[in-house]
Amino acid sequence: MCTYNTEHATITGSGKGRAGWVSLTNATVYFDHPVHAPADHTLNIDLTGAGAPGERIAVELTASSARELVAAIERALAKVPAALL
Amino acid sequence: MDDAMTAGTITIAGGGGDQIEAYYAGPAGGQPRGGVVLIHHLPGYDRWSKEVARRFAVDGYDVLVPNLYSREAPGADPDDAAAVARARGGIADEQLVGDVGGAAEHLRGLPASNGKVAVIGHCSGGRQAVLAGCNLDLQGVVDCYGAYVIGTPAADFPLRAGGLEDQLAKLSCPLLGLFGAEDSYPSPDQVAELGRLLTEHSKEHELHSYDGAGHGFFCTDRPAYRPQQAVDGYQKIAAFFARTIGAS
Repeated sequence: MCTYNTEHATITGSGKGRAGWVSLTNATVYFDHPVHAPADHTLNIDLTGAGAPGERIAVELTASSARELVAAIERALAKVPAALL
Repeated sequence: MDDAMTAGTITIAGGGGDQIEAYYAGPAGGQPRGGVVLIHHLPGYDRWSKEVARRFAVDGYDVLVPNLYSREAPGADPDDAAAVARARGGIADEQLVGDVGGAAEHLRGLPASNGKVAVIGHCSGGRQAVLAGCNLDLQGVVDCYGAYVIGTPAADFPLRAGGLEDQLAKLSCPLLGLFGAEDSYPSPDQVAELGRLLTEHSKEHELHSYDGAGHGFFCTDRPAYRPQQAVDGYQKIAAFFARTIGAS
């Protein structure tokens, strides 16, 4: 099925993709059909800035690997002294 | 030469006269034939949609796939354009009707056209095919597992799409619907309701739900692909096109 679900986040940072390093301002997150990953559905993230559509940074992760990534991010942030955040 | 065809991206007048991309595929030669507007699915103007267009061209039809994301991301790769469109909430119904109408007029203007045009779409395109059939003068609609033809999305639904129950009385042509019995969007109950409403409005229709298939069973590059059901579905589409937009 197509879930159509779409979540948005405003972000600050940079990413490297087809256009080299670019500033990022928005994230779109959705669980739906992938373009490339070998699964019926994946957790897809599009990171974008002010550039052209082709400058987005895209990932397609299985649900379990998306949860692993979230957990890893949380672990990394939890180990940082609060003064740095 | 038998089986020769022409295929490639052209520019057509879409809704509001906007110049938009469209993929054309059609047989060589001047034998009279009908036209098919193929509405691409949410992932965009992609390789699979163009493959399906060439399949119908092999069957003897002029086919056009308008790039519904031409305005949002001109020249972008299909997946990048689809990402932009999704982030913006999809395509408005009025824009869709305008672009399909432009594609239908382009097909009717081709030298070998017999004046008949059908529309087909999968997934989000299935709903949009029904929408087009309710707002344009067409000769056939094929709805392949379109969600939200029936039913109201939740209040936080991110795309600009709602049920078409109140438009079905305007349907201009016969409708063929192909669904997976294991699909939830649309559910078997929603497919049954679609059939009930079409009967109530005295609209010619033919709905099939395949056991052992869910959403996307025509998609050859996904695990959801179901070859037996897809082959049967293509046979039903071929018979429907022959009846509604065939040369005679």
